[in-house]
Amino acid sequence: MAYIFNDTQMAEFKRLVARYPEGKQKSALLPVLHLAQESFDGWLPTEALDYVASLLQIEPIEVYEVATFYSMYNLKPVGKYVFEVCQTGPCMISGSDSIIDYIKQVLSIQPGETTKDGLFTLKLVECLGACGYAPMMQVGKIYKEHLTKEKVDAIIAEFRQAANKN
Amino acid sequence: MGVKLLLEKANVPGIRSFEVYRREGGYRSVEKALKEMNPESIVEEVKKSGLRGRGGAGFPTGMKWSFIAKPEGVPRHLVCNADESEPGTFKDRYLMEFLPHLLIEGLIVSSFALGSSDTYIYIRGEYAWIPDILEEAINEAKAAGFLGKNILGTGFDCNIHVQRGGGAYICGEETALIESLEGKRGNPRIKPPFPAIQGLWMRPTVVNNVETLAAIVPIINMGGDEYAKIGVGRSTGTKLISACGNINKPGVYEIDMTISVEEFIYSDEYCGGIKGGKKLKACIPGGSSVPILPANLLLKTAKGETRYMNYESLSDGGFATGSMLGSGGFIVLDEDQCIVKNTLTLARFYRHESCGQCSPCREGTGWMEKILHKIEHGKGSMSDIDLLWDIQRKIEGNTICPLGDAAAWPVAAAIRHFRDEFEWHINNPELSQTSNFGLQNYADPIHVPA
Ligand SMILES: Cc1cc2nc3c(=O)[nH]c(=O)nc-3n(C[C@H](O)[C@H](O)[C@H](O)COP(=O)(O)O)c2cc1C
Ligand code: SF4
Ligand code: FES
Repeated sequence: MAYIFNDTQMAEFKRLVARYPEGKQKSALLPVLHLAQESFDGWLPTEALDYVASLLQIEPIEVYEVATFYSMYNLKPVGKYVFEVCQTGPCMISGSDSIIDYIKQVLSIQPGETTKDGLFTLKLVECLGACGYAPMMQVGKIYKEHLTKEKVDAIIAEFRQAANKN
Repeated sequence: MGVKLLLEKANVPGIRSFEVYRREGGYRSVEKALKEMNPESIVEEVKKSGLRGRGGAGFPTGMKWSFIAKPEGVPRHLVCNADESEPGTFKDRYLMEFLPHLLIEGLIVSSFALGSSDTYIYIRGEYAWIPDILEEAINEAKAAGFLGKNILGTGFDCNIHVQRGGGAYICGEETALIESLEGKRGNPRIKPPFPAIQGLWMRPTVVNNVETLAAIVPIINMGGDEYAKIGVGRSTGTKLISACGNINKPGVYEIDMTISVEEFIYSDEYCGGIKGGKKLKACIPGGSSVPILPANLLLKTAKGETRYMNYESLSDGGFATGSMLGSGGFIVLDEDQCIVKNTLTLARFYRHESCGQCSPCREGTGWMEKILHKIEHGKGSMSDIDLLWDIQRKIEGNTICPLGDAAAWPVAAAIRHFRDEFEWHINNPELSQTSNFGLQNYADPIHVPA
C-alpha cells in the first residue's frame, strides 16, 4: 500500500494545519496522525510515520516519540473492528469482567489478539469517560454502552454483516 | 428541584442547533460582555462570582484570569481543557454533546476577557464524535456573527479550533496539555514558569475546564453577586456531578452545593438509591484520585455532622476522615464490592498513565500495582500492606506534576479505612478468591437511611 494522502485526505490535512500560526505546523501532529491512521488501514507503519514527518517538515523521531506515547495510535496491524473494552474501577464494579470474559469466549481471542478472519481485535483499555453507562467499549469512533451478553452478540453480528457486504 | 444554571435547557428539543439555542436566550452573554463590558470588568464579575475551577483543583477562576501576562505585541491564548479522563468523570462530555453552544458562548466571552483571538479546545481523542458537534456549533456561531472577524461590530476577532488528543490521561494536566497541543509527548512542564506567563508556544495562556467556561455564561447574565448567592460559603454556583457505580440512576446531575450527600445518593431526583436495594459500602466522591470514604464517614463527618456535596464539607476532616469534591466524578460502591480489587484497577490506571518523567511516579505506580495484584490474588503477605503504605508516601509530593499524588491518595485511603479487608485477603488466600469481605465485618456502624 502506498502511504500517501489522496486529494480528500490532503484537503483535510491542509485544514488541520491551518488552525495553527505560521511556523507552528507541528502542533497538527496528533490530529494528522489520526487522519493517517484512518486513511491507512487503521494502523501506522514506519512508512506512514515518515510520510507524516515529511508533510509537517519535522524529523521522523519527533513523530515516532509521539506515536509511541499516546494509546490511540496502533503501531501494529489490527482487525477491522477493534473492541476496546474499559476495565477501570467504575466499569469493573459495574460488571466489565464478565463482558470481557464473554468476548474472549465468543471470539476465541485473548486481549491484544485478532480473530483469524482479521475482523476483530480485543483490547483492554482504561476509563473512556462513560462510567455511568458501564460496561462499555469503544469501536472505532463510537461508544457501545450498557453492554450485556446479548448486546455483544448483536454487535458482533452487525459488524460481521457489514464486513460481508463490502 | 434545585437551581439549574447549566443544564436548564438540556432537554429542549433541538437545543444543539444555533437557532433553538438562540431562541431560548442563548448568546445574550456575548452581547452583554462585548457591548456593555470590557475585559477588566468581566474579570471583576468572575471574581465576585466566587467561581472555582471545575477541572478538579478548585482554583478561583477570576484570580487565575487576573494573573495572565500582557506583554506588548505577544498574542495570548485561552485553552479549554476537554481532556476529561479522570475515572468516574463524564460531565464535560455531557455538556459538549448536548449543549455545545453553551460551551462556545462561554468561550467567546472568556476569550474576550483574556484577549485570545485563537482559542483552542483540546478534547480527549476517544471522544471522537464530539469534535464534529463542536465544529458544527462553531460554524453556526460564525455564520451568525458571534465568531470570526469583528464580532458584533466591536472590532474583536476570535476563532475557536478543536483539537483531538491521542489518548493519554496525563494530557489533562495543563502543562502536559500544552505540550500535546504543540504536537509533543504529554510530559508536564516544571513550573514556574506558569502558563499564565509562558504557556502555549511560550505565550501567556489560560487553561480552564469545560464546565468552568460554560459557567461564565450565567455569571455574565445574572452578575457575579447573584451567582455567588447560590450555594454556600466558598462553594458558589452549581456543580455538575457525574454519578456512577452501583446506583439506580447513574448520570450527570447539576446540583447547587447545599444538598447533603445522603440526599444526593438516595433521593429519586439524583442517584435514586443503591441498586438492588443493597447497602452502601463506600464512595469515591470526586473522581478516582480523591480518597475513598466508607459509608459512615461519607454521610457524616467524623464530628457526626451531616456531610454536604460541596468543597468544604467533603474535605472536612482532611485526608484522615474526609475526601474532596475534585472533578465531581461520584463513584458509589455497594456492599458486594471488593476494595482491594477496586484499588488495584485504579493503581493499574495510574501506572498506565504515568508519563514516566519522575522515578517515584514511574516506578512507584508499577510497584503498587504489582503488590495489589499479589494481595488481590491471594499471594500477599502482611508486610506488603506496610510496603504499599511506604511506597505511596514516597511518591506523594516528590514528583513534577500532581499525577503522583493522584496515584498515591487512592491507595493510602483504601488502606487507611479498609485495612481489615487487606488483612483478610492475606489471611484467607483461598476464600478471598471466591467471596468478598462482607460489610458485617466492619466495626463502624454503616448508616442506612430508612
Ligand atoms: C493528572 C492530571 C489530570 C488532569 N485532568 C484534567 C482534565 O481531564 N480536565 C480538566 O479540566 N482538568 C484536569 N486537570 C487539572 C488541570 O491541570 C487544570 O488545573 C485545569 O484544567 C484548570 O481548569 P479549571 O481551573 O477551570 O479547573 C488534571 C490535572 C492533573 C494533575
Ligand atoms: S508525576 Fe508522573 S505523570 Fe507527572 S510528570 Fe512525573 S512521571 Fe509524569
Ligand atoms: S471506568 Fe469505564 S468508562 Fe470510566
